[in-house]
Amino acid sequence: MAEITYVEAIRSAMEQEMRRDDRVLLMGEDVGPKGGVFGATAGLFAEFGEERVIDSPLAEAAIVGVAIGCALAGLRPVAEIQFLDFIPPAMDQIISEAAKIRYRSNNDWSCPLVIRAPCGGGVHVHGALYHSQSLEALFAHVPGLKVVIPSTPSDAKGLLLAAIRDPDPVCFFEHKALYRSLREEVPEEEYLVPIGKGRVAREGRDLTCITYGATVHEVLAAAERLAQDGIQVEVVDLRTVRPLDRELIVSSARKTGKVLVAHEANLAVGVGAEVAAIVAEECFQQLDGPVMRIGGPEIPAIPFAESLAEVYCLGPDKIEAKLRELAAY
Amino acid sequence: MYRRMVQIRHFEEHAAEAYAQAKVGGFLHLYIGEEAVAVGAIAAVREEDHVLGHYRDHGYALAKGCDPKACMAELFGRETGLCHGRGGSMHLAEAARHYWGGYAIVGSHIPIGAGMAYAMQYLEQPEVVLDFFGDGATGNGIFHEGLNMAALWNLPVVFICENNLYGMGATLAEESPVRDMIIKAEGYTMPSVQCDGMDVLSVYEAVQKAAAHCRSGQGPYFVEALTYRFRGHSMADPELYRDKDEVTRWKALDPIPKFGEFCVEHRISSEQELAQVKEEVEAEMLEAVRFADQSPWPDPATVDQWIYAKPIDPEAIATGPDQLSSVEG
Repeated sequence: MAEITYVEAIRSAMEQEMRRDDRVLLMGEDVGPKGGVFGATAGLFAEFGEERVIDSPLAEAAIVGVAIGCALAGLRPVAEIQFLDFIPPAMDQIISEAAKIRYRSNNDWSCPLVIRAPCGGGVHVHGALYHSQSLEALFAHVPGLKVVIPSTPSDAKGLLLAAIRDPDPVCFFEHKALYRSLREEVPEEEYLVPIGKGRVAREGRDLTCITYGATVHEVLAAAERLAQDGIQVEVVDLRTVRPLDRELIVSSARKTGKVLVAHEANLAVGVGAEVAAIVAEECFQQLDGPVMRIGGPEIPAIPFAESLAEVYCLGPDKIEAKLRELAAY
Repeated sequence: MYRRMVQIRHFEEHAAEAYAQAKVGGFLHLYIGEEAVAVGAIAAVREEDHVLGHYRDHGYALAKGCDPKACMAELFGRETGLCHGRGGSMHLAEAARHYWGGYAIVGSHIPIGAGMAYAMQYLEQPEVVLDFFGDGATGNGIFHEGLNMAALWNLPVVFICENNLYGMGATLAEESPVRDMIIKAEGYTMPSVQCDGMDVLSVYEAVQKAAAHCRSGQGPYFVEALTYRFRGHSMADPELYRDKDEVTRWKALDPIPKFGEFCVEHRISSEQELAQVKEEVEAEMLEAVRFADQSPWPDPATVDQWIYAKPIDPEAIATGPDQLSSVEG
């Protein structure tokens, strides 16, 4: 097994799937000879040509609209939105059309489409207001969509392969802080990680922290610190925020009786609120403390200045403090 | 073509009556007056060519050969409807007939049609796409994004603009700086033609030429049909924005008697035969209304069916390219 980065895992998934299935096409801004702004499509234009790796105009709504049309006609398009912050112009296509196609036709048609987009920010890895957002909750609210946010290279590959083969539209959001910072052994052959199934990233008996995406690694770092004091935190990586892995959320919450939900996006009406509601509904009898949440502040985006960005971002220190607060119950 | 136009006219007159009796709920947008556009355009291409339209969509469905009974039942919201009561008046569709639907968000289907055309080109299939929209949609950004991509990639799509002089309650002068919509196609170097939308032969000729252009690999074509809706924007429209004389002048150009006279004059049909067509169609539509009225409502237990293809099942997606409803279907 080769050790590869998160972005290489994504690239490798698309390359393998394009070799296997000639219905798979990529489209987006600079995905062609340039290989994508983060290199996720590097080399694919050379191998598969301009018909299958399509450099598009800077027009997100039509990128997704054309991809939907391709999907209706039997192809397997993967549309790249260069930054998740650029996706609002395409919201109509995603929410009004892609998400409703199977339902409106009572299963007469389907829309097997993947929309990939780099998301998130950090003190040193973001471009402020319009290059840093975590907008997953907007999509996770919509029945008909699936929303996947992998946290490791091996999950990124297996989930992207599953997303491309999925018969329904999948939003696939990649935290750009992970692209090159993570490296792990990833199987060279193809394999699928099922959409809608979370994983236990660290086992623990004292409290549960439910999280996803880049925040998983910050939570793991915080959990390590608590472990030195004998407090065992179970870290649940959701991997998919729609559909949520209800079973895993509930079983871990019942096991530890204490739950913190952590994500980079702001809290109000977010994924954490939904997870907390599931825990409150299903695990009330087993809870030994309030369901807690930690996330970004209620401001519209990550501000540019480092001093301000630090307030926005979580990091292990803030998570550790919150975990200790919960452990004290 | 005469029969098709009469079908649409009678279908909609009965639909309006059912709406007045509260048997059809929601919103009802009638195509009466514009029948020559859908009928002439769809008759000019092959049965397997693809059609997408906007919310004033009964005409496309019937011109594409969808069963009037199933269309009427859809308006009535019944299980026997074309979309099993999921869509209603504005969202008729039938994949098997390559009629990909009415779309209620103005302009949203313009890039989707371009995407289907991309797939036809990629798959080296001979079909072309007819993408219908109104003058109102040309003020929408997605119209321009869709035309831009179609022209850039030389896609086999005929954009058909039904210029009926009004975007809902706004006059053409209020919604567009140019009166002729073909001017907007020129910016994308797209060949275009204006035709008389009140004359089914004029539309037929224009679209025949446009489709031949697309099919021969020369890229997209823009057809503007000058037409007029005899009824309001929807059944709820008091039509305060246009004067009665204007409506009377246009009604004198009614495409159905006009084409009837042509047929008699050129000895294609006798007056008796045309009267016979009307009688047969009227009987067919009475039967459609009876069928719709007597059809069962969808079972409330099915309300959450077909949001996704199936529950998440990694085993099922692990093997080979799976089957999906493709254009061959």
